[in-house]
Amino acid sequence: MQHKVIDIEDVVIRFAGDSGDGMQLTGTLFADSSALFGNELSTFPDYPAEIRAPQGTVSGVSGFQVHIGAVEINTPGDFCDVLVAMNPAALMANAKWAKPTATIILDDNAFDEKNIVRAGFKTMNPIEELKLDDRHIVVAPITELTKESLKDSGLDNKSIVRCKNMFTLGMCYFMFNREMDHTFAYLEKKFKKKPQFIDINKKVLKDGFNYASNIHAIPNTYVVKPANLEKGTYRNINGNQATAWGLLAASEKSGVPLFCGSYPITPATAILEELAVHKYLGAKTLQCEDEIAGICTAIGAAYAGNFAVTTTSGPGLSLKSEALGLAMITELPLVLVDVQRSGPSTGIPTKTEQTDLSQALYGRNGECPIMVMAAHSPSDCFEKAFYAGKFAMEHMMPVILLTEGFLGNGSEPWKIPSMKDLPEIHPPFIESCEGKFQPFERDPKTLVRKWALPGKVGLEHRVGGLEKNHAGVISSDPQNHQMMVDERARKVALCAEDIPELEVIGEKEGEVLIVGWGGTFGHLYTAVKEFHKQGKSVSLAHFDYINPLPKNTEEVFSRFKKIIVCELNSGQFADYLRAKHQKFNYYQLNKVQGQPFIVKDVTDAVNEIL
Amino acid sequence: MKYTAQDFKSNQEVRWCPGCGDHSVLASLQRALPQVAEDLNYTMERFVFVSGIGCSSRLPYYMNTYGFHSIHGRATAISTGMKVANPTLSIWQATGDGDALAIGGNHFIHAIRRNIDINIVLFNNRIYGLTKGQYSPTSPLGKITKTSPYGTVEHPFNPGALVMGARGTFFARSIDKEIALNQEIFVASAKHDGTSVTEMLCNCVIYNDGSHKEISDKEVMADRTIVLRQGQPMVFGKNRDKGLMLDENHRIKVVTLGENGITEKDLLVHDAHTQSMGIHSMLIDMKYPEYPVALGVIRDVPDKTYDDNVRDQVIDVSEHSPIHTMDQLLHSGATWEVK
Repeated sequence: MQHKVIDIEDVVIRFAGDSGDGMQLTGTLFADSSALFGNELSTFPDYPAEIRAPQGTVSGVSGFQVHIGAVEINTPGDFCDVLVAMNPAALMANAKWAKPTATIILDDNAFDEKNIVRAGFKTMNPIEELKLDDRHIVVAPITELTKESLKDSGLDNKSIVRCKNMFTLGMCYFMFNREMDHTFAYLEKKFKKKPQFIDINKKVLKDGFNYASNIHAIPNTYVVKPANLEKGTYRNINGNQATAWGLLAASEKSGVPLFCGSYPITPATAILEELAVHKYLGAKTLQCEDEIAGICTAIGAAYAGNFAVTTTSGPGLSLKSEALGLAMITELPLVLVDVQRSGPSTGIPTKTEQTDLSQALYGRNGECPIMVMAAHSPSDCFEKAFYAGKFAMEHMMPVILLTEGFLGNGSEPWKIPSMKDLPEIHPPFIESCEGKFQPFERDPKTLVRKWALPGKVGLEHRVGGLEKNHAGVISSDPQNHQMMVDERARKVALCAEDIPELEVIGEKEGEVLIVGWGGTFGHLYTAVKEFHKQGKSVSLAHFDYINPLPKNTEEVFSRFKKIIVCELNSGQFADYLRAKHQKFNYYQLNKVQGQPFIVKDVTDAVNEIL
Repeated sequence: MKYTAQDFKSNQEVRWCPGCGDHSVLASLQRALPQVAEDLNYTMERFVFVSGIGCSSRLPYYMNTYGFHSIHGRATAISTGMKVANPTLSIWQATGDGDALAIGGNHFIHAIRRNIDINIVLFNNRIYGLTKGQYSPTSPLGKITKTSPYGTVEHPFNPGALVMGARGTFFARSIDKEIALNQEIFVASAKHDGTSVTEMLCNCVIYNDGSHKEISDKEVMADRTIVLRQGQPMVFGKNRDKGLMLDENHRIKVVTLGENGITEKDLLVHDAHTQSMGIHSMLIDMKYPEYPVALGVIRDVPDKTYDDNVRDQVIDVSEHSPIHTMDQLLHSGATWEVK
């Protein structure tokens, strides 16, 4: 049988297996190869909190979905065209994501009685039980073939079996006519110190490719042509890496050395890890004894003149609350990155949510408004981290940057910016002064105070958590307190002068305005595109800046008959908008399942109010 | 540049209670810093005083230097970040027994473990003063306070033992009113590379008057404390007739010179610079009435500091990296061109 090669616009592939099966790596390598080939793409790693959950159980299933396209891609895709299930549990957990037309690739060797029972099937026929009979099922003895492939490798059985993900990847490369060069290069780099593994992995990969081409069980292969991207140099980047690089870029642009005090926490850890790699750019990273020390070392570093950063996720934000207040009242620059995860408390650590918004806005004692901004895609984390640094340093204040697990772990192609195109950053340093230095004397226009570094002659002053007057002297005078509270709040509010106005995607006025913020952008945008195809009047306003809100927010809202606020929480942004812009009625779409929206969630909700 | 104590006094009114031990510690610091500046060639603007919350943590306001009065327990973390950001600063931290050992205990031990080059002055009055009289982590077992009306049922920390547990490189102890000894210790602590911890036994005149009086009262102090000095035999007592030596079980014992043929030559000689923690730990543990309480610089050993290691690593990896700018980083690794 000669297989057909079919041109398609986009395809969604979901790799699923036990948490030890290497599915994250398989998916990442496939995505990177596609990116280098020139596809548009978006990825969604969906993995359990346990490093190695009980083998063969649904709770231990680790998934990685990648959406590649010759066209614009904004989401990892709702449902998949190809599902790779390395065991019955992976099939059980992921069958619901397979399109009716999907191809499902199974490792036959893993579908034994023990695994089928462990996955929770009631019968010995999972395909029938899940009503997947109409899908195209490719049953391949992947484990056995991997063993056969490596029988002369000298590896022990356990190590051989661990290579089955490479075999599967090879099969997928055949299916999608992908080159293996990038993966070869990856293997050569990864096993530089254990060269024997380079050839072993290459062999399994090629054997998987050849097997798929030989069995004729795969009727069609697909070509997803390079996307028509804007001219330039591209790389694939995930949100956590982009965040780290954005912070480094702010450091270079301002000339202020970066200091990051942090404590490992899922899913934010990768930012600290990434910054730790780039010490050669002068970045100092301190892995602290706890979250509180993370922010407090950063505050100390800010006082001494570094660009101070602390990175965390939900529970860590709770722990940093008191110190955020200190950064705010001492008016020191600090960027806090919160990679939001499912809460409350420990919640579901590896799953995504937007449930820290209220905490970021309000979670401190006293009157303590802080600038809050949010990134809307993995690569946007770069720009937002850069601007968080710019605002923090130029306005002498802490800034909270909200990202999400979905963004931090997800990746997409990114047109590499040039440093010369980024705006300059001018922190308000002071070198000397006449007379006694007044640490809280403000710029009359921006209300920003000066950044006076210890070591400068004649600028000796004291800051601290106690209320002070402009001279930096402790004051419990009622009028002074009122004035300082007002000034600090006004300083944050005045940042609205420097943030971009809210843009409307789609018609500038009309029936329904979808309102979103943060990492839901891709899904909301895709929904709006679908409505446009149908000729429906649905537009999108997506907020990157939350406190303060863009100046034209009210004006934009007033151009639409209905507003629906879509977010991955129970309505935190909707409530905030109700407080800030009371004259509008806000419909809501909320989802708190530890999962991103699917586009259908959005179109269904909008259709209901149209 | 020559400074005097006056140069280090700020124009702010000192608001500790009259008779509080903190006044003497402040005076000792203001007298010690001119010498520190002279010996180490520091200028005024390099000194920073950092503190947490508590009576002693008000100290930065009274110093005419850079200062940061932070939040409860966190001064150590703030000092750490400050020192890493600018290793040329001379950072001094004022903290109390509650601030450093209760709410800030974690930061305290980890700063010592890292050996970050900061000078911690721990004002130990064995009570919470600013909240008006609750027991602290150093209050003795059975202490009656507002939150322990029937006496505490918990064991206190010995701050020096915590320092040793974290493999600290500098520990000294003194008593608030011993201004000359305090000055001597502060100069030594400034010269020490790494975390120095000086435990100041302080009196709280309001909530714990006589906090340390069993050893600090003028009439008994000479007999109930021993001031250790590098290279000197361990002699103490009003009549300088008592000393310390090791017994057959290698434990410290108090002996009287002239009795049983014991002379100064038989006594232990203080060596703060030995890496060995054995004798230092025993000296730190000595409690009245069995022993005199050890004062002075008990341990002062050299080791690489955290801030030096951070700086050296940044320099080292920068020298060996092919990437020196953001543009280079942005284009490193796998990229592709769209034409």
